[in-house]
Amino acid sequence: MTGTILFTIACLVALGLLFAVVLYFVAQKFKVEEDPRIATVESILPGANCGGCGQAGCHAFAENVVKAPGMDGFFCPVGGNPVMTKIAEALGRAVEEKAPMVAVVRCQGSFANRARTNDYDGYASCKVMASLYAGDTACKYGCLGKGDCAAACKFDAIHVDPATGIATVDQDKCTACGACVKACPKGVIELRAKGFKDRRVCVMCINKDKGAVTRKACSAGCIGCGKCAKACPFEAITVENNVAYIDFSKCKMCRKCVDECPTHAIQAVNFPPKPAAPATPATPAAPAAPAAPVTPEKPKPHEENV
Amino acid sequence: MKKTFKIGGVHPHDNKISSAAAIEVFPAIETAYVSMAQHLGAPATPVVAVGDKVKVGQVIAEPAGFISGYVHSPVSGTVKSVGPRADIAGNMVPHVEITVEGDEWMEGIDTSDTIVKDIPYSPEEIIAKVKACGIVGLGGASFPTHVKLAPPKDKKAECLILNGTECEPYLTSDDRIMRERPVEILIGGAIMMKALGVTRGYVGIEENKPEAIASMQKAAAEFPQIEVVVLRKRYPQGGEKQLIDAVIRRQVPSGALPIDTGAVVQNVGTSLAVYEAVQKNKPLIDNVITVTGSCLPVQHNYKVRIGTPMSKILEVAGGLPENAAKVISGGPMMGRAIANLDAATVKANGAILVLTDKETRRGPETSCIRCSKCAQACPMGLEPWLLNKLSRAGGRYDELEAERIFDCIECGCCSFTCPAGIPLLDMIRINKAEVMKIMRSRVKK
Amino acid sequence: MNKLIVSPSPHTHGRESTQSLMRDVLIALAPAMLVAILASGWSVLMLLVVGVASCMLTEFLIQKYLLKRPVTISDLSAAVTGCLLALNLPPNSPWWLIVIGSIVAIGVAKMTFGGLGQNIFNPALVGRVFLLVSFPVLMTSWSDDGSLFGIVDAFSGATPLGAVKEGLKNGMTLSQIADDNLTFSQEFFFNAGGSAGELSAIALILGFIYLLCRRVIKATIPVTILCTVFVVSGIFWLADPERFTNPVFNLFTGGLLLGAIFMATDYVTSPMTTKGQIIFGIGIGLITVFVRYFGSYPEGVSFAILIMNCTVPLLNKYCKPRRFGEVKKNG
Repeated sequence: MTGTILFTIACLVALGLLFAVVLYFVAQKFKVEEDPRIATVESILPGANCGGCGQAGCHAFAENVVKAPGMDGFFCPVGGNPVMTKIAEALGRAVEEKAPMVAVVRCQGSFANRARTNDYDGYASCKVMASLYAGDTACKYGCLGKGDCAAACKFDAIHVDPATGIATVDQDKCTACGACVKACPKGVIELRAKGFKDRRVCVMCINKDKGAVTRKACSAGCIGCGKCAKACPFEAITVENNVAYIDFSKCKMCRKCVDECPTHAIQAVNFPPKPAAPATPATPAAPAAPAAPVTPEKPKPHEENV
Repeated sequence: MKKTFKIGGVHPHDNKISSAAAIEVFPAIETAYVSMAQHLGAPATPVVAVGDKVKVGQVIAEPAGFISGYVHSPVSGTVKSVGPRADIAGNMVPHVEITVEGDEWMEGIDTSDTIVKDIPYSPEEIIAKVKACGIVGLGGASFPTHVKLAPPKDKKAECLILNGTECEPYLTSDDRIMRERPVEILIGGAIMMKALGVTRGYVGIEENKPEAIASMQKAAAEFPQIEVVVLRKRYPQGGEKQLIDAVIRRQVPSGALPIDTGAVVQNVGTSLAVYEAVQKNKPLIDNVITVTGSCLPVQHNYKVRIGTPMSKILEVAGGLPENAAKVISGGPMMGRAIANLDAATVKANGAILVLTDKETRRGPETSCIRCSKCAQACPMGLEPWLLNKLSRAGGRYDELEAERIFDCIECGCCSFTCPAGIPLLDMIRINKAEVMKIMRSRVKK
Repeated sequence: MNKLIVSPSPHTHGRESTQSLMRDVLIALAPAMLVAILASGWSVLMLLVVGVASCMLTEFLIQKYLLKRPVTISDLSAAVTGCLLALNLPPNSPWWLIVIGSIVAIGVAKMTFGGLGQNIFNPALVGRVFLLVSFPVLMTSWSDDGSLFGIVDAFSGATPLGAVKEGLKNGMTLSQIADDNLTFSQEFFFNAGGSAGELSAIALILGFIYLLCRRVIKATIPVTILCTVFVVSGIFWLADPERFTNPVFNLFTGGLLLGAIFMATDYVTSPMTTKGQIIFGIGIGLITVFVRYFGSYPEGVSFAILIMNCTVPLLNKYCKPRRFGEVKKNG
């Protein structure tokens, strides 16, 4: 009995040694020579392989950045500036800091604001819905709410809120990789500057129909009236195709446009509450923060809301 | 043993509850909204302006490319506007809006019922007349008929097959025209055979239409070159490729066109329209539309002018009942659900079907049990479970192409059959479009 | 009026659902279950009830509390597993045996892979094989209390296949073993000494016909398995009739009919194309015959099916259905 056990153990040990030797030689013979810096850079990268940098994964990014002469055109949105600085150090190069970006769902067409005109009963995919027809509301530009963006997000940063029926971004988790932007068949999502102290102003609508049509479809849509553009002291707003657009590189966050907008289509996030306006004979007692939806009382303070 | 196609197929209940409804002429409308997108390919370009007076059959739009067609006014009156209007899906499409005044037809159009049997035209003249009258395939695809009747030089047409199968449940417009106007359909067939230069013609009819079969067989006695072929009742018997397989036992090669088998298929409604165009100079301005559904008290087959709002048709038919849940343009297997009831009819509209919630609401989707009933049902021999899985994964276009997603005819047999309630066709359809886009861009290079 | 429904086509659906298919399988098993109860007594009914209950309970508990996903026991797939497991055990098995078997069948063979549609191995067979290997004595001593209404006397001993294997090991020839055992006609209509599901070939075949008529299964797999067993065992039998049992004996004993009709045709674990199914059937037939003739276990169907279950993903990958318009490659 012991003889059998000993014999078995001896066989297995011998086999193990044999395979170890074979594998060693094979590993040596088929080794791919690679610049050791590529491995260094790869270890600095977050390893999410999300493709947000535009490369085919973290290893491809590392390979290409080592081969490239400089750091231009290379930015890992997940790791952000800290990671890019570390990589630049490892490669002995200089790098410019980039302003952090965040995904913004430019739509306020919730169930409350935008009436549903039909009952979609197909597979729950925005892409299927968009290819089938103009949507289950009278606005064919807005968020369809079936969650293709949420399915594409690798960082759990965007979800369709079941109470409103439209997608919302969690700015703390968002890495601005751009997957949701690509996934959205309506082009509702845009990567915008996260802003100083995470404050930013955005027109939450891309509806290109004439103002009267938009108004009938959604109470919070942009009617292209142009009052915001006129009010902006920094020429950051353009109105084209019946919809306004704020250039985030020019916006100085004075929020004059937010007050002007008749449909409250422009949203300013993460600003502190405005002090109550002084009572004048012409205006009734002013309520606090009329047009800037601020979030302190909301459960998730950094979520973009409607 | 009746002929049928070899692979796949399902047996939905045929529900031909409107087959006894003889064709009624739809009452005159007040405004016609004529879409410029009446056919596959580029929308036609309007050639009328606001304020122009038009007559029935007058050209109001011209083709905008090789695959395009003429559009004629279905009414007489004044052009009120030329601009975008929503179609059944809610998408904006250019339309010509005409306020109806009387019913004056263009000179030269023979509006009498006399049957004209003689075909004194040459093939080129026939094709020119078919093109000038804006004839498109009325089986649903709206392919411009003059293009189909003039195959490229390297493809040889050997026979014409008229599609009288009407395999979609509920639809009976083809059944009615075969019962009421069989001789004209066959003359249309003879005209197309002359244009193609073929000597053999067939009419395929499903066995569930005994009166239509009898009517066509009686009329075919005077047309020895055309044979009536009775086919087994099976969906999708009326699919072009399946019909060719059943009638002449040839399968269109994967990725190729039907003309590669030598067969040219035309719907019997198209054949009737060709007869009217060539023998009566009548452009395509009306079509028979079945208005049906179990919740409708009365079933109808209306002859409707194009450009009639669907809401108007439903109103005249008795109104939408309380329990109506879905209105479909076409049949329940391949028709399109209507989001905008005010949309106007186009040439290829053949039916308005009203379904109740119970008849159409989808059940919950559960896990695939790998029963392979979808693959058994697929008439093209594909594996829908695999195509759906790859489609949902996203981006796997190479594998989808290898699995021949481009051969999918979007018949719906897979979704219809799946016991787990998985909407297979929903994702397959959009990935098929992606793959074909990739394949086309490859050819261009 | 309510809002109109809009969806992509098709706008209608056939009558079949997962639940209706599983229900048909249960109905097809009914004749076999009835015969088993009649022949072996109420203990079989107890096994069936406990089996179905423990399978469904296991699935419910795992789905609701462990995985926290929607509970799907109403699709009746767990009930089918429970019935098949009960019909695979000796009639006098204790209740706890089938409870253990159910937990292994559903918990290990089905839910760990992801639930219905994701498992590689037939759950009922995994349960059975687990019990066979863990409780060999309980699983191979076949006894019952005697039938209801006294149709047949109480039986205790080995199955016909078991008797053959023992006898051959002891150096007997087949003719000698046969004298001690049953005649052929008894085997066809009612075969004493077998697991509850082996008892009546007629009842199983009735179930098979029902499944074919209801289009639940196609005949490909069962017919291929039975033909392979018949032909291969026939070849061996012709070569040495005293050592190899005859093909008809092989067709009607053991769990072959039950396995071929109900276990090998399980949707999830069988190939999805006809070509694949034929290869699958041949493989099962071959392995069954070889285990019966040359293996140490008297019965091979369970192992054969489980082994061929492993090959199914490969068969699905390389055996494609007949395509429309197949472009024949020029030779």
